[in-house]
Amino acid sequence: MKRIDHAEASSKFIKAKDHLDFHDQRLWDLRKKRDRESESIPEWQELRSLASAIKEHTLTHLADFLEEFERNAAANGVKVHWAKDASEHNQIVLQILESRRARTLVKAKSMLTDECEMRPFLENRGIEVIETDLGERIQQLDDEPPSHIVVPAVHKLRTDVSRVFAATIGTDAKNSDVHYLAESQRQHTRPYFLKADAGMIGANFAVAETGTVVVCTNEGNADLSMLLPKLQIASIGIEKMIPRVEHLAVFIRMLSRNALGSPITQLTSHFRVPREGTEMHIVLVDNGRSERLGMADFWYSLKCIRCGACMNTCPVYRRSGGLSYGATYSGPIGVIIDPTFNLRKYSALPFASTLNGSCTSVCPVRINIHEQIYKWRQVIAERHQLPFVKKEAMQIAGKVFGSPKLYRAAVEALGASVEHLPRFMLYNPLNAWGRQREVPPAPASTFRHWYLKNRTKEGERK
Amino acid sequence: MSSRDEILARVRQNQPEPRPLPSVPMFDVGLPTSIDTFKTNLNRMGGKVVDPPADGDLDALIWELFPDVRVVCSATPEVKGNLSIDTIRSPQELNDVDVGVVRALFGVAETGSLWLSEAQYKVNALGFLSQHLVVLLDPGAIVANMHQAYQHQGFVEAKYAVFMTGPSATADIEGILIHGAQGIRTMTVIPVSAR
Repeated sequence: MKRIDHAEASSKFIKAKDHLDFHDQRLWDLRKKRDRESESIPEWQELRSLASAIKEHTLTHLADFLEEFERNAAANGVKVHWAKDASEHNQIVLQILESRRARTLVKAKSMLTDECEMRPFLENRGIEVIETDLGERIQQLDDEPPSHIVVPAVHKLRTDVSRVFAATIGTDAKNSDVHYLAESQRQHTRPYFLKADAGMIGANFAVAETGTVVVCTNEGNADLSMLLPKLQIASIGIEKMIPRVEHLAVFIRMLSRNALGSPITQLTSHFRVPREGTEMHIVLVDNGRSERLGMADFWYSLKCIRCGACMNTCPVYRRSGGLSYGATYSGPIGVIIDPTFNLRKYSALPFASTLNGSCTSVCPVRINIHEQIYKWRQVIAERHQLPFVKKEAMQIAGKVFGSPKLYRAAVEALGASVEHLPRFMLYNPLNAWGRQREVPPAPASTFRHWYLKNRTKEGERK
Repeated sequence: MSSRDEILARVRQNQPEPRPLPSVPMFDVGLPTSIDTFKTNLNRMGGKVVDPPADGDLDALIWELFPDVRVVCSATPEVKGNLSIDTIRSPQELNDVDVGVVRALFGVAETGSLWLSEAQYKVNALGFLSQHLVVLLDPGAIVANMHQAYQHQGFVEAKYAVFMTGPSATADIEGILIHGAQGIRTMTVIPVSAR
């Protein structure tokens, strides 16, 4: 399995200046809207603590809640399936579809089905799969995975969408008006809703007490996917459980405020019992989650409600784009989840962070994201998964930072070198830091020189 | 061992030390439940509130609000429209509805949301296939916030329940907000007491 080279992949993203600037601004705008919304709720910090505690309670009693959910869903007339991994999930979905001779599947956005790579699996077996969320559809038609868990095509500009739609659904290649593009997708998708044999959703929450599946969406596509076809499927990661209906209030009040800076999603939909004359299936998926639950440092990541706020606030994510992570989950939350799927493949990701802690401070369920990133770095170093250059650089850095004398000598040499060394010495392949950045001009004197000149040994002003 | 038993066994084995379940306060002291607060918050989500007609003729008001439409399908006896929801055999038949009309069971002031289920819609797709949706709301049936809303028995009784807050929307292309994504293009709420 090839190691994902995040730095290399982001360099492509960084080269497209207008894309980079827009991406950075758009996500920072979401962060600012999120701040405005959260600050308007006096009990916001208390809600975060409650959400975290509810999730921790659920995860530490998860087996009981899963059984309760299964019992209640079955009593509601829903057929519940269990999938150990991605491949079993895909097989189950295929079997359900084939048992009803379903050929066309309309589906809402689901990170879980992306994680399981379900779409190509079904398509290769003759099932027509239509993503119905606008962003997800753009990505499907462009044959790219989503780059963000909430806004899948956020890395694209309108001209990119225009190019994709012109080549696939026959829009006017010269027209990149956003209203025109969105309306074209609506018109193109509606017939699929009407004729689809089956519909599919993921889940934001699954309520053990009632066996209810809850999805929070804006476009209306999840409801159309469930309310028209005779066959309905919901795929749910086992960590989506919450104990009771009343707990939904805590999460619903925070999810969209934290994700998009809107008070609530346009639709908060609760599916409990299949419509008369139709059938509904739920697939409960593990795919590594039960194992993660047993990892002392890392099980907290299972609290995640997929709001994407950690991505929007992350300076590395905003300037490298989701696709550069080479994984279903990108940004800070991806950095701490992905290595549990494949440590070697994703061993570079925990280094795609400045450890500034902003992710942790915006997390609605209080996951200690930046601490987990740091811990993953330790795991990766211990298991010798560090790339050679990084390891060498870190060993030298460790020696230099560990010795005041060496450090001072290095700082002074560096100050001189930034000014006088030729560029190739500074921006060489061994200095990963200098690849997309200019080294700032060195100050006229070091802090230590300034301090010795201006302060006494006791720290008083001279 | 079945996958089910295998997953449950591994979860049981790996579950960290039990942590307590907190009780959740209602956070509703002094919160408004007025139609005005509801309206302000619904407006933010792209929906609008229209005053009820002085003469009580809701049908006339709806045709006046939507002068160019052909099909008005009502799921409430208070509005006649020209297509009865009771004649609908499959949800797909609602695709040519221009204006759907329904009465919400209750509203939520905090977010401007409306609670609807199959009991109100009769055919749930009415709230999604229609181009526009008109919702009647009893101004006395507004709760303060989501904590109060989720106490409602409807969540245990309804097969399908939804909080609708304004029209369907998307901002998936360059963050440009568009009302009328895959579902309704507009939402109009008329405050009328339930008879």
